Amino acid sequence: MNKDESISVIVRTVANLLFCFIIVYGLYIIMHGHLSPGGGFQGGVIIAASAALLFVAYGYKFADEKYSEKGFTFLKSAGALAFTGLAFAGIGIAFFYNIFWHEQIVLYGPPGTLFSAGIIPFMNFAVGTKVLAGIVIGVFTLGLFQMAKGETDGDGREEGGGGAEE
Amino acid sequence: MIWPLDIILLCFLVLLSLITAFSRDLLAATVAFSIYSLVLAIVFAQLNAPDVALTEAAVGAGITGLLFVVAITRTTRWEED
Repeated sequence: MNKDESISVIVRTVANLLFCFIIVYGLYIIMHGHLSPGGGFQGGVIIAASAALLFVAYGYKFADEKYSEKGFTFLKSAGALAFTGLAFAGIGIAFFYNIFWHEQIVLYGPPGTLFSAGIIPFMNFAVGTKVLAGIVIGVFTLGLFQMAKGETDGDGREEGGGGAEE
Repeated sequence: MIWPLDIILLCFLVLLSLITAFSRDLLAATVAFSIYSLVLAIVFAQLNAPDVALTEAAVGAGITGLLFVVAITRTTRWEED
């Protein structure tokens, strides 16, 4: 794999095709987290895998343009804050009290249906947001940090070709 | 649980882990590790643990393999003594 080019047109086409489907599948896993196997963590990892697939398919320059560390850090913190805030929502009775279901505010359908379980789907979405942002930050920071180091060092991993981008 | 399928999958797991451990080509080791994670996910799903299987397939085969590929791209592909 070259440093400033993407892999090939085959990988790029397949990544373009699969990107939307992976995201929809991850959203499905998160949304049905209280009914079926999976949940916030698994769905978040699957969505992060789609972002990482784009990173591999389109190369470092694309990732450097599109990736914003501030945005993903904001997402990560928002997920954690939403989870804690939802846990504190029923603090009048107990910590993690499912106030949305017991007080019949929102999502108070019968158990076993999609629109049931009160705060649990919201907590799944919060966990999914946090996991997605954390893994995307991990992967992209690793790749982009190594690229920046190669640029400043000048030689990188091979003697001839590295570091002569800009 | 179908035990012949389990035995075949477990033998395949041992083979793949040996390839991962002893391969000189780190990219081939990474690919073998990803296949190992996928087969292990099938084993988990077969043992009625679909939650663990989903996590194993997403993290083991997706994120870990991708991180290893990125690390190999930044360093070197062949292991040296």
